[in-house]
Amino acid sequence: MKRLVPLIIAICAGFVLIIANFIPYAQEWGSTAQEWFNILAVGAMVLGGGNLIKLHLMKVSAKNKGWGYSVVTIGCFFATLVIGLSKMGVHPNPIYPDYDWSGYYLEEGSGLWWIYEHMVVPLTSMMFAMLAFYVATAAFRAFRAKNTEATLLLVTAGIVLLGRTYAGVWLFGWLPESMEWLRFDNLTVWIMDIPNTAGTRAITIGIALGVVATSLRILLGVDRSYLGQD
Amino acid sequence: MKKENQSNGLIWAVVFAIGAIMLIWSMSTSRTGQVWVTPVEHAFTETGVDEDGNAQWASIDAADATVGDIEWTTYSVVPDSQLTPELMESGTVSLSWSRTIGLWLAAIFTLFILSFLVGDNPAYKFAEAMVVGTSAGYVMVIGLWDVFVPNLLGKLMPGLVQSFALPGIEGSHQEFWWLYFIPAILIVMLLFQLMPSGGWISRWPIAFFIGITAGYRMIGYVEADLVAQIKAGIEPLVAFNGDGGFALWPTVNAFLLTIATLAAMVYFFFSIEHKGLVGKTARVGIWFLMITFGASFGYTVMGRIALLAARLEFLFGKWLHFIPSHIDFSFAAHLDWIILLQLM
Repeated sequence: MKRLVPLIIAICAGFVLIIANFIPYAQEWGSTAQEWFNILAVGAMVLGGGNLIKLHLMKVSAKNKGWGYSVVTIGCFFATLVIGLSKMGVHPNPIYPDYDWSGYYLEEGSGLWWIYEHMVVPLTSMMFAMLAFYVATAAFRAFRAKNTEATLLLVTAGIVLLGRTYAGVWLFGWLPESMEWLRFDNLTVWIMDIPNTAGTRAITIGIALGVVATSLRILLGVDRSYLGQD
Repeated sequence: MKKENQSNGLIWAVVFAIGAIMLIWSMSTSRTGQVWVTPVEHAFTETGVDEDGNAQWASIDAADATVGDIEWTTYSVVPDSQLTPELMESGTVSLSWSRTIGLWLAAIFTLFILSFLVGDNPAYKFAEAMVVGTSAGYVMVIGLWDVFVPNLLGKLMPGLVQSFALPGIEGSHQEFWWLYFIPAILIVMLLFQLMPSGGWISRWPIAFFIGITAGYRMIGYVEADLVAQIKAGIEPLVAFNGDGGFALWPTVNAFLLTIATLAAMVYFFFSIEHKGLVGKTARVGIWFLMITFGASFGYTVMGRIALLAARLEFLFGKWLHFIPSHIDFSFAAHLDWIILLQLM
């Protein structure tokens, strides 16, 4: 019961989606299964939220180091959830103005929009932007032209970095027309079109073969690691 | 350690001093961090009832609204370039406190995150805790409003959902609507993962997830990656111009693309030992893979630098008003290569 039923569920669900691609009559099954998948994904989000709260509440109750930050996390989580779910500050949909809750939850000027614009966007984009410093400094420390492979990586990265900016155009703007292809911006286009396409294509085909093999192992019941130990 | 703390403190002091001077100067010379808005009135009047008994509404001029009509006001941001002293005094625009506070918070949070460059500190940790909380809540709200309400509640309780949130949906049950009890039950089973004993119950929905993902990915990857990439790789090796003449460089590129793809794929073929011709081909494959990784690295760094430039543009433009609004100048486009050269 603990292992057999989930195994059957996984195999049936997977094969329904595959069959739906080949038998027109079964196409409806495939779209229903995908709809259920999306609904379950929201369930997984709720589970994730519950887990987040559980972990941070444990940290707060145990008064672990930095428990104050856990209070901030819990507070922000519930505030966003309440404001978003209650559609605070959202006006009704102009087609149905008599339905108070019919408006779009992310309408400009609403509570959730305010949180998104002034908290989520600046915080997350700045966090990703910070990686510019760390990736660049890590590369400076780690990249050494020790052999052919490392040299190729280093040179390509340098050309693409400069070729994607005004610096690439500006530094080699003096080159005559016959040697224009040597400009970093033109070299970048060539690198992206030919060697990069070739490498990416090989990697993509490799990944696709790997995914197919893994999926088949699951659907045929060979890989049962997702069922756990007991 | 003590010396390091002292130098950190000095850096902080200098940063704060420079920031404070800039802020005071900016506030005294411009509308730093202020957001001005203009109200937009909306009014609707009932025009009749449709065949289902639902009221029909039409948009009217707010000045013509009477008792029983529905009215509300939204606000549009007035661009800084249009915000003249005359307009401000005319009373048609007003300072939006909620957006102004939001702008300041956004700027302060940006600086909090940026402060990590000096080292881990309470401001960064505070901002980090906020990112986790707000992002988790935001994603959950989107999932609930976009998927859970229309696709699950809307199927199980269409009348209720229609009456309060989605008036546009069908108010009666569809055929086989009861099938949607299955995902509802699976969600409840999934939540058993939070229970100390009973986690095994959540295996059913997890198995459903795994099965669907395996089936979906298998077909998707075969179609979009495997077949599509092979198809895209099968191109004529010899290229001709529009007038029918032989095109040298396109031919060279076509050869190179094919050889490079095959060589890179040989490298991933681990079933035979990489010796002799196979070994040499795999070596060439590695070279092309290295070029790919270098290009990906360059693109990733540039993406991050563009984000950083956008944040700096926000701080110096939208918040501090150091970038004059009347100048049509893409600050980020010029700033990214300056930052890049600085980093290098």
